[in-house]
Amino acid sequence: MTTEKDIVLKHPKDPAALLDVIRDVQSRFGQVSDEAVGRIAAHLKLSEAEVRGAVTFYHFFSLSPRGASTVYLNDSITSRMAGRTAVAQAFEQEAGCRFGEVSADGTVGLFPTSCIGMNDQEPSAIVDGVVFTALTPDKARAIVRGLRAGTPARDQVASFGDGANQSDLVRAMVVNNIRRRGPVLFGAHESGAGLRKAVSMTPEKVIDEIKRASLLGRGGAGFPTGLKWEFCRREAADRRFVVCNADEGEPGTFKDRVILTELPALLFEGMAIAGYAIGAKTGVLYLRSEYAYLRAHLESVLAGMRRQGLLGKKAAGAAGFDFDIVVKSGAGAYICGEESALLESAEGKRGEPRDRPPFPVQTGYLNQPTTVNNVETLATAARIMAEGAAWFKALGTTQSAGTKLLSVSGDCSRPGVYEIEYGLPIADLLDMAGGAGAKAVQVGGPSGSCVAPAGFGRKIDFSDLATGGSVIVFGPDRDIFEVVSNFMEFFVDESCGWCVPCRAGNVLLKKKFEKVARGLGTASDLRDLEDWGRLVKSTSRCGLGQTSPNPILTTLKSFPELYAAKIRTGEEFVPEFNLEEAVQDGCAAAHREPECKESLDE
Amino acid sequence: MSKPVIATTSLAGCFGCHMSLLDIDERILKLVDLVEFNKSPIDDIKRFTKPVDVGLIEGGCCNSENVAVLRSFRKNCKVLVSVGECAVMGGLPALRNSIPLKECLEEAYLNSPTVDPGSGIIPNDEDLPIILDKVYPCHEVVKIDYFLPGCPPSADLIWEAVTALVEGRPLNLTYDMIKFD
Ligand SMILES: Cc1cc2nc3c(=O)[nH]c(=O)nc-3n(C[C@H](O)[C@H](O)[C@H](O)COP(=O)(O)O)c2cc1C
Ligand code: SF4
Repeated sequence: MTTEKDIVLKHPKDPAALLDVIRDVQSRFGQVSDEAVGRIAAHLKLSEAEVRGAVTFYHFFSLSPRGASTVYLNDSITSRMAGRTAVAQAFEQEAGCRFGEVSADGTVGLFPTSCIGMNDQEPSAIVDGVVFTALTPDKARAIVRGLRAGTPARDQVASFGDGANQSDLVRAMVVNNIRRRGPVLFGAHESGAGLRKAVSMTPEKVIDEIKRASLLGRGGAGFPTGLKWEFCRREAADRRFVVCNADEGEPGTFKDRVILTELPALLFEGMAIAGYAIGAKTGVLYLRSEYAYLRAHLESVLAGMRRQGLLGKKAAGAAGFDFDIVVKSGAGAYICGEESALLESAEGKRGEPRDRPPFPVQTGYLNQPTTVNNVETLATAARIMAEGAAWFKALGTTQSAGTKLLSVSGDCSRPGVYEIEYGLPIADLLDMAGGAGAKAVQVGGPSGSCVAPAGFGRKIDFSDLATGGSVIVFGPDRDIFEVVSNFMEFFVDESCGWCVPCRAGNVLLKKKFEKVARGLGTASDLRDLEDWGRLVKSTSRCGLGQTSPNPILTTLKSFPELYAAKIRTGEEFVPEFNLEEAVQDGCAAAHREPECKESLDE
Repeated sequence: MSKPVIATTSLAGCFGCHMSLLDIDERILKLVDLVEFNKSPIDDIKRFTKPVDVGLIEGGCCNSENVAVLRSFRKNCKVLVSVGECAVMGGLPALRNSIPLKECLEEAYLNSPTVDPGSGIIPNDEDLPIILDKVYPCHEVVKIDYFLPGCPPSADLIWEAVTALVEGRPLNLTYDMIKFD
């Protein structure tokens, strides 16, 4: 029988292997025991605290047992909207334990997790690494019964999705739901054409072409890609790296998943082009753990590209251009989508953001100059090289060139991915997606904006509603307060905890918001929400804290009437504290009757 | 003109903040000139005898009596100030908040090494205040107007805050007053 020791010793004595070792131990034993912590620390010459720190940082690692099989049920708002509560109850009844616990017989553990990138096919869960979508209570019960009867999760997937989801290397029930194919990502592309064109030019000319196309980063921040490559190329260094950010953690985004499933060769071509432009030999694909089911597929596409000569020594036949790509896995942490946290994680550490400057283009992966780009950005760069900057600039608007892949989910009849030209009004998108009568549209995920019908004329582009791609539609009967509460819970869970305004501020904001939602708020509570929200935004270190108050701040702005209806007017202060409730436990423990004097001086 | 009236109390605190108030040394003579004390452990006045301008609260609320006292302060004082960590955040007493109350009481009164086994009892005299499920910071129970952080806030900070309040002038916070480590 394999022991923890065997697994640990299999890995190199290199601290960078930390996450790989932990992942192996976790997946084999369902936990990282105290003994395993000691062994890993000794083997990698790390302190036990460092090992524990990494284990406790990531959602999918745990010091305590998670069960022989583990169910991670998505807890995002769309999952709730699609009937998560009943599914969760079915899991709990069948397993005989609550979420957050392991069943008494140790066979099944139930745990909630943040958005797993399946928002258009909720409720979804990951069971022992296998994705289950569109769950029903019956299906949930069947999964647990099957696991108990010894049927592995992968054998319980009855039918496969479309496209590459059916391939032998994926075999997932996930569906692509490609609703609209645009000319850039889904345009006809001869594999390798962009890369071959690139290597026929000088790297500087490639960067020029990307700059002329006005390509802006598709991951959310919208930084000009050509400029980023130029900065990186200019840094003096022996080694440089291209990193592809496939962490896709913003709730409601799943478009990178579709690119990884259907267009991986285009993405890898884009990485090679970036590598040629900046002078890198190695590309790293940082793949979120939730998409680990795509890994074998991706590795096989890479192998195919090596065979075709598009990767490896003299890539695309260019003398002196050696370029290859490795895949690194995450382990469940939204913050690892932030580029500097991603680099820490890719180096095998806790995914805590770094101080900036220095920026990754100066000091990135392994402290070498690194460009971190989103999946869609890199795939788009490959298309730009193939078709030319002028072709690309003719699409979209003057300020926001090209197309954007959107992930649309929630209350609409045609959820899925849409490749649209920049400048599309929300109203038109709602028409396309069948979201008539929406009460609100969340653009850009929890960290973006909640738009009311009055704003449905607003456009999706970098000058108005910038988005990494998440669009969630809320129908007329949805409770906006429940949405906001779910989003704030997400930020509270996902804060890395480094800075107080983000770690404590989001908890306080959430508490205060819930006080208001319970009808115990006053005008002064709304003022506090605004003030504290601004404070958290302006004093947090990274993009998470700088946007986490947005669910509250943007709804305060777009739905003032909802808040006005909740608060008590004419009262300066309403406490949440309730004396009768607060003395219950004390009375029970001492066997006393609750008898509370209201005031001493009356 | 009559002098501004001040009241103070210590709820779930350790009286350290009151000690810090007394640390103003000879300025206490000025204070006596400046203000009049009403209900306070400092002069041992037990009940409010007149309307009060400024109430200084030390400690959070850990039992029903704390709540009643705090509410009576709110009723009788124009301005209420949470003084010190325990009033502002719950402080050390709030460390019990992550442990269920029953467990805390059993550990203290039934299972503690100093209890004769089998003879312990969780205090239940009707005259005792009822302990709350958690320790609450004052601003969750009543409206608090100002907060003076520190454990304890330094004498200089308390002096500056109180004199600014009664003289109606803006606070002048120097670096050492708000440097806490
Ligand atoms: C909390 C947080 C999460 C992020 N998650 C992602 C992500 O999942 N995918 C992504 O491409 N960018 C993400 N970003 C943005 C990255 O930091 C970075 O800007 C981006 O990967 C750069 O690529 P681009 O210029 O091609 O957009 C995130 C940023 C923050 C602050
Ligand atoms: S803002 Fe939040 S997530 Fe970002 S570094 Fe600070 S604590 Fe971590």
